[in-house]
Amino acid sequence: MAILSQDESQAILKKVLSFSTSDECEATLSGSNGGNVRSARNAISTSGAADDVSLAVEARFGKRSGVATCNEFDDATLRRCVQRAEEIAKLAPESPEYMPLLGAQTYIAAPKSFAASTAGITPDFRATQIGKTMKICDEKKVTSAAFLNDEAGFVAKRNNKGLEAYQQYTNLSFSITVRTPDGTGSGYATGDYNDAAGFDAGTLTQVAADKAAMSRNAKAIEPGKYTVILEPAALVANTDASLLAALMNALDARNADEGRSFLSKKGGGNRKGEKLFDERVTIYSDPTNAEIASLTFAGDGRPQKKMTWIEKGVVKNLYTSRFWAQKAGIPDIPRPGGWIMEGGTQSVQDMIKGTAKGILVTRLWYIRPVDPQTLLYTGLTRDGTFYIENGKIKHPVKNFRFNESPIIMLNNLEAIGKPVRVNGNLVPPLKIRDFTFTSLSDAV
Amino acid sequence: MKRRDFVGLTGLATGALFIPSIPGFGSGIEVDPLRLLDAAVDPAVKKKLADAALNAAKAAGATYTDVRIGRYLNQGVFTREKQVQNILSTESYGAGIRVIANGTWGFASTNQVTEAGLAKAAQLAVQIAKANSKVQKAQVQLAPQKGFGEVSWKAPIQQNAFEVPIKDKVDILLAANAKAMENGASFVNSVLFQVNEQKYFASTDGSYIDQDIHRIWPTFGVTAIDRASGKFRSRQSLSSPMGMGYEYLTPKAADKVAGPAGSNVIGYKNSYDILEDAAAAAKQVKEKLTAKSVVPGKYDLVLDPHHLGLTIHESVGHPTELDRVLGYEANYAGTSFATLEWKAKNIPYGSKQVNIVADKLQPNSLGAVGYDDEGVKTKEWDLIKEGKLIDYQKIRDQAAMVGQKESDGCCYSQSWQDVQFQRMPNVSLRPGTAKLSVDEMVSKVDKGIYIAGNGSFSIDQQRYNFQFGGQVFYAIDKGKITGMLEDVAYQANTQEFWNSCAGSCDQSDYRLAGFFNDGKGQPAQSSAVSHGSATTRFNGVNVINTARKIG
Repeated sequence: MAILSQDESQAILKKVLSFSTSDECEATLSGSNGGNVRSARNAISTSGAADDVSLAVEARFGKRSGVATCNEFDDATLRRCVQRAEEIAKLAPESPEYMPLLGAQTYIAAPKSFAASTAGITPDFRATQIGKTMKICDEKKVTSAAFLNDEAGFVAKRNNKGLEAYQQYTNLSFSITVRTPDGTGSGYATGDYNDAAGFDAGTLTQVAADKAAMSRNAKAIEPGKYTVILEPAALVANTDASLLAALMNALDARNADEGRSFLSKKGGGNRKGEKLFDERVTIYSDPTNAEIASLTFAGDGRPQKKMTWIEKGVVKNLYTSRFWAQKAGIPDIPRPGGWIMEGGTQSVQDMIKGTAKGILVTRLWYIRPVDPQTLLYTGLTRDGTFYIENGKIKHPVKNFRFNESPIIMLNNLEAIGKPVRVNGNLVPPLKIRDFTFTSLSDAV
Repeated sequence: MKRRDFVGLTGLATGALFIPSIPGFGSGIEVDPLRLLDAAVDPAVKKKLADAALNAAKAAGATYTDVRIGRYLNQGVFTREKQVQNILSTESYGAGIRVIANGTWGFASTNQVTEAGLAKAAQLAVQIAKANSKVQKAQVQLAPQKGFGEVSWKAPIQQNAFEVPIKDKVDILLAANAKAMENGASFVNSVLFQVNEQKYFASTDGSYIDQDIHRIWPTFGVTAIDRASGKFRSRQSLSSPMGMGYEYLTPKAADKVAGPAGSNVIGYKNSYDILEDAAAAAKQVKEKLTAKSVVPGKYDLVLDPHHLGLTIHESVGHPTELDRVLGYEANYAGTSFATLEWKAKNIPYGSKQVNIVADKLQPNSLGAVGYDDEGVKTKEWDLIKEGKLIDYQKIRDQAAMVGQKESDGCCYSQSWQDVQFQRMPNVSLRPGTAKLSVDEMVSKVDKGIYIAGNGSFSIDQQRYNFQFGGQVFYAIDKGKITGMLEDVAYQANTQEFWNSCAGSCDQSDYRLAGFFNDGKGQPAQSSAVSHGSATTRFNGVNVINTARKIG
């Protein structure tokens, strides 16, 4: 039952709304199915399957509201769910941040967020793909640990003010770490896709295995400020916090207006409109982008559309709740699903060729905020860190701890490469001068 | 209990503007809070359901099966300043079935908790195991485990937090917010998390185990802003999440432990005074706005238990997980420096003052259970004794890999939907055996920093290099606290750090720190775990200054 069609979904939602007696009522139906397989030591360790559909009903009387949910869809259950939401709403006090439900909205049509190839994945497909990684690593006499996860789902919304929304999506993500048997080398690769047709575990395994072999017997060099080439997976992670995601997470108007953000202005207000980054930095979102197609509506039903966040280094827009937008008299912009950092045409290899001295970073790890005032973060390099000299990788280096702010980093920009998809975003490799490494790590 | 008492404020949940994303919390569907008071399903009914799954898996070809029928109840009450932001009550009920077929693990879960639903999931688990076995080389070896028959375990709580009217919870959080605002905070957010896991485990070993687990975490964050300079600072609550009921929020004088003279820090043992802590936080966060920026260099650190808990967690708890040691987490959380080869060399993990125990039984701790999620009875055992690594944390399919015959009872899953795997027990530093107060410890420090509360934390994937911050930092000069510092973080190598341990205060200072959401695994799961210690001294640790300037 997990993937309901638009007609099936809206039929259920219409029925739900027909049971409502409240001033405002909105129902959201969502579901997904998928599965995963995980390996370690060149063997499958765990795997599982998931399948779920649920309905959430929000009923409102004036500024009072209530929510109830259910995951059965017979008439009696749907009616009870609506009644429970109404009962809770009648007992609730008025919300000081109440906003009326949205009426009919116009959403961008036909983003390619769903692919039948991903929705049709079977346990055998997962086993075959993970088996391929294990076979390659057995042959190369290296050890892999990998994770493959796929999901197909839908979201449908409808309310009695005229709002109607529906979209299907699919996603497949894969990551692999390959280690050499002597424990001195480790390499990593990752990929994610709406359409599984573009996925091949073997290709990514080769990348990780090559990096593992190259990174054996790393040399220690002194921590300090270095020119770095940060690969896309080092800028945005699907397993951890990350520097560019931290920056995007900080573009919240309310926090900035309240004085608790790097975007807060001395004396009050926010820094929207100021040039805070190198003029080559442009970041926008677009749910119709073919490579990272995402939902065209936000959780509260607001339309998602192409939106520029940073343009030529200037903060152009901040996202905000509808309540804060009204209170502050600012544009009402939802947080985006995925985002795109504009880049050039250079690959990582091209960027290495153009580097006299520097460090190539495959991946950053355990990234945590140190100071929200300056957006300072700490973390470590991992799974392939190399010293570059005269346009070539000269030797692997021991991992470093960094203490760096994406704000400072995006002012020290040397070059931007060609964006690739990472965790639902398009992210270019970046070459950054004076990136701050504060200590060495013995970890491999 | 009147219905109005329970639901009187819940509607705010929907009018609120955000539901905070708390990993592992509230993963169930939102429900009327009265549902959280419904009695647990009768164990006899669960036994019948579990047997349906065990039989179906066996018929499909499984050689081992375990079934977990779980009902997970969560509630979060969220406020800021004078306003309730959200009240979120969730329930999640279903079953997870794990099998070995063709020597390979398979797992499937279902929310159709009927005999037919569980049988179908069991068959799917076997199908997955058989699909995976086609590319598998080695067979799973489970350490033998006797069946316990029909047994039960219940957390010894005094007051079920779900039985407390929501209005009382809102009142105490808003009162804490008022204390913070009265004492100079610009903003305050407070939250009360409550968790009840009703878990039933059955396996082909012959165990039918019914458990009832409770956890609670009152917490807040206070922010002070200097509008003129644009500077802002924050201080988080010094509460610890605990394996307790609502009695945790009834403060007792005997549970309060003062920090060193001049620090204005109060720590808490088995009860928590949120009003007192909120008032202190507001005063301290204002003080942070004008605190001196630390001069980087080597300092002797005096670390309070609420802070040290996280250091223990990251630098001892995780590296002694055998799954990391063996490489099962290599793609995500990482491996460990404390490999079997490293252990064999008998290299000191820490100084002789360092005695670290793993314990799944510790009263009021987050990790306390009677049996783990693969039917192993829990216990206490030494990890580090007088600085030497003695043992790891293991589950059933790892024991043979290190030449042992039994599991340590460390298997856990965050829900019925997720497969169980190795998770950390409570890992704690034993207090000093000689009488030693915090003031006596500080009096012997010439140049040092006293750190309370856990702040920013980061450690590498093999657990060598770490950097930790804190909530409040006080300079120690010639045996006395001399004032507050800011921009403090310390960096160390795990072994160097623990070898610099110069001893702990005595049992009277011992407290549990805790963490609700320790992440690990793919797909990522969270677990809750406590870490006990007394205030402890570490000599000559590298402190950096984290201040930066942005344009």
